[in-house]
Amino acid sequence: MTDRPGTSTYPSGEGEPLLSVRDLTVTFGRGAKAFRAVDAVSFDVRPGQTVGLVGESGCGKSVTSLAIMRLLPSRGNAVTGSVHFDGEDLLTLSDTQMRDRRGRDVAMIFQDPLSSLNPVVPLGVQVAEVLERHRGMNRGDAGRRAAELLDKVGIPDPTRRLKEYPHQLSGGMRQRALIAMALACEPRLLIADEPTTALDVTIQAQILALLKELVQESGTSLIMITHDLGVVAGLCDEVNVLYGGRIVERARRHDLFARPRHPYTGGLLASIPRLTEGKGRRLTPVPGSVADNIPWEGGCAFAPRCSSEIEVCRERTPELVPDHEGLGPDRLLRCHNPLESNPLDDAPSDEEVRA
Amino acid sequence: MTDPTAETGTSPVSPEDPDHRSAFARMGDRRKRRIDELAEAGSLSDERGVSLWQSAWRRLRRDPVFLIGAVIILLFLIVALIAPWLAPHDPRARDLIGQVTPATPIPDPQPGYPLGGDNAGRDLLSRLIVGARQTLIVGVLATLGGLFGGLVLGTLAGGIGGWVDNIVMRVVDVMLSIPSLLMAFSIAAIFARPSQWTVILAIAIVQVPVFARLLRGSMISQRHSDHVLAARSLGVRAPAIVFRHMLPNSVGPVIVQGTLVLAVSIIDAAALSFLGLGNPDDSVPEWGQMLGRAQVFFNTYPHVAVYPALCIIVVALGFTLMGESLREALDPKSRR
Amino acid sequence: MLRFIVRRLLQAVIALFVLSVLLFAWLRSLPGGVVSALLGERGTPENAARLRAQLGLDDPLPVQYWRFLQRALQGDFGVSNGVYRGEPALDVFVQRFPATLELSLFALALALVLAIPLGYVAARRRGGMLDTGSVIFSLVGVAVPVFFLAYVLKYLFAVRWGLLPPSGRQSVGIDATHITNLYVLDGILTREWDAAWDALKHLILPAIALSSIPFAIIFRITRAAVIDVMDEDYVRTARAKGLTSSVIRVRHIMRNALIPVVTIVGLQVGALLGGAVLTEKVFAFQGIGQALAIGFERRDYPVLQVLIMFAALIYIVVNLAVDVAYALIDPRVRTK
Repeated sequence: MTDRPGTSTYPSGEGEPLLSVRDLTVTFGRGAKAFRAVDAVSFDVRPGQTVGLVGESGCGKSVTSLAIMRLLPSRGNAVTGSVHFDGEDLLTLSDTQMRDRRGRDVAMIFQDPLSSLNPVVPLGVQVAEVLERHRGMNRGDAGRRAAELLDKVGIPDPTRRLKEYPHQLSGGMRQRALIAMALACEPRLLIADEPTTALDVTIQAQILALLKELVQESGTSLIMITHDLGVVAGLCDEVNVLYGGRIVERARRHDLFARPRHPYTGGLLASIPRLTEGKGRRLTPVPGSVADNIPWEGGCAFAPRCSSEIEVCRERTPELVPDHEGLGPDRLLRCHNPLESNPLDDAPSDEEVRA
Repeated sequence: MTDPTAETGTSPVSPEDPDHRSAFARMGDRRKRRIDELAEAGSLSDERGVSLWQSAWRRLRRDPVFLIGAVIILLFLIVALIAPWLAPHDPRARDLIGQVTPATPIPDPQPGYPLGGDNAGRDLLSRLIVGARQTLIVGVLATLGGLFGGLVLGTLAGGIGGWVDNIVMRVVDVMLSIPSLLMAFSIAAIFARPSQWTVILAIAIVQVPVFARLLRGSMISQRHSDHVLAARSLGVRAPAIVFRHMLPNSVGPVIVQGTLVLAVSIIDAAALSFLGLGNPDDSVPEWGQMLGRAQVFFNTYPHVAVYPALCIIVVALGFTLMGESLREALDPKSRR
Repeated sequence: MLRFIVRRLLQAVIALFVLSVLLFAWLRSLPGGVVSALLGERGTPENAARLRAQLGLDDPLPVQYWRFLQRALQGDFGVSNGVYRGEPALDVFVQRFPATLELSLFALALALVLAIPLGYVAARRRGGMLDTGSVIFSLVGVAVPVFFLAYVLKYLFAVRWGLLPPSGRQSVGIDATHITNLYVLDGILTREWDAAWDALKHLILPAIALSSIPFAIIFRITRAAVIDVMDEDYVRTARAKGLTSSVIRVRHIMRNALIPVVTIVGLQVGALLGGAVLTEKVFAFQGIGQALAIGFERRDYPVLQVLIMFAALIYIVVNLAVDVAYALIDPRVRTK
């Protein structure tokens, strides 16, 4: 049992990627009003690996996941690039082929467990319908399997719960039920979009522990979308930090916490409360918000909020390039004036954040 | 919106509602609820009032539905206003009475009388043009009558509350539980000598419970709003609070409902005439009356009914289009 | 759940009581009062005085009301003084109710069968030709006076083209056995297929006219509900599960979208009852609507009294049933 995937068996670099996203771009609107919510995002997910997409709301992380699942509204947006899953480009599949993949090969869980469950359909039916669809099970078998699944995700008295409706469950139980639905067909990739944001803090930890246990046990790859670096610290092997629709930094989890290179990452880490910190220390928030961001054309989009901004930041758009000073393998960085590669005194280590 | 439990159309009982009991109690009658929803949706607090109207206007200006409705109604108002000068003939003059015979009760269209005459030899076109004015009067008076009755009951119920609220609302609920057309017919039947006024009264009374619920709902949703609490804490007297602070904020939903009721009033007036419960005196023409009385000629001279019917349909459509687009523009829920 | 039903029943009982008071007040306010209503043309002063004493009209009002209530509960509403002269008023209702029931059910079924799928498709192709077209159609549908639509249908399909019968419930030559007095059902039960077909042909035109307003309203509610539901997270979840579009449509979209539709259907029963008065008059369809229309024309108050009371009663009962059905459909209410 590898409790800390980052420090022991790090699956990165082993085997072919299961999911390979290349230059994924999502544009909303047209013409002069066109807005790139996701801008040439590329990353890989290998079998069994957990990859984090981190950023503030509006940075494009959720749109990325919906684009991979092809769940964006059919009108009003354009998706380009490629999303290769097991060698097939999901973006070029027909609707029917994609429907066969969803829920069976690629599954997804969402932020708000209450609104994500159908209020007028019993829980059992909502779990069983995935099995009926993809496993060809009949009602009875699917129902029995659904009870096992609910049991597996830690819902007590599952046979009774099958007949209940979402409003009769607590928030944590609802999210467990959604996890059961997502994992019902043992998908090879699970996308979790802020799965704990809507929950109480104590429940958050339980749900994360459950997710971690389940993906490790089944070898499922996981894309974890979150704004919370605490979640990343507990779960992810590799982290992509997004800002303004682009990846600004990529690193293995441990490297990222030990040596954040992008000022934005540094800012996110500095804004996390730490237990080891003495009283009276102020948390340092990243000033501003994504809402007042400016486009990437003609300079760095983060520059207006950046504490290490230099002249060139306002003149030339930085590229995402390998970061040789970053001391870790596979590090990518999009910054003209990165933070010092020496470990920051100010930044918490991943163990601390998890504590 | 002041009420955090304001419901959406799809989840009538929001499970997030902390007060399930009240949500449960509210799910009585859909018709009542829809009125209440409208009341809440349009209530604007002082601070947001200006911006709500401004944004509504910005939307309406570009809304083709509203513009079509507005053009129709504007034309209708102009015709109603200048009708006497617009009509080619006196609508009461029996110019063509010589052509009315038992075999040909309706004079054909002819030079000077493009739509022909009616069964009393009067010019049909002139009667239609002048009829716009009386139709407008009936619609507006019936709507204002309903609004006034609803204002009295709604203000009593919502402004005072307590047992007054209870009694008033019981009566209002029973009135709502009688099919509205049937109630209009029954009220009109009370009068031995029907006239234009009995028609207006019958239509107005039917609308009283609708306006009463609307205004009460709007007031109750404001009772705990900040500006009312502020006025109360400053020692403003209750009537002043109701009239100066609460009623002005109910203007939005009242305008929406009023516009829709105008359409209904004009159609209902026609139905009353059709059943012989309308104004028997046809010296001042009104479209509903013209249509209702044309029933005898429908299979032989359909145009006598079709012209007033088209006028009613177009004007009712105009009011409906305006009302629906106003409702959407003033509804915070639909402004995404 | 049980408490909810009990409370709604209690509310219905209160509504019935207030309704009986209103009915009593209505009768008392009729021109000439009950006496001339009952006597009709035989109303000499001596007769009237005798009847006043006989009926106890000189007693205090509460006593009179109590007597009215007792007689009403025994089914004694007096005798028709209109076209059904001499017939007990209650019999007029009993004989004619099945016709209106058959017509209303057919019209409602027509409205539901057309409006719900159309509302769904329009919502899915929001802004498209079909959507825009059907929204305009539904807005116009509400603006057309029901009786005018009925006349147009009758003129075109019966008078002009002779495709369907212009009036009545049954052709003269048909000798059908009647069990339930729902003629189509009777024809099916007795296997008199020609009679069933004949009765059905008589139903089509009045049912189309009568269904116009319920159709328009159910269409718009369905469309709005589907648009709301399609934006819900659980529909996205269903799509993320890779479910087939038919499962998503039926289980995840329609099961939620139909909840507001169910409640609106109860209210449409009111529109059906009011509209039946107009439609049945146009098509000489022998139901309670036609009896009401004739009653209003001839001032046949005993008959009107019975018919209005039962119409309101039906409306209250239907809405009670709808509320209970609503609670049964929505688990958020049922399991509370």
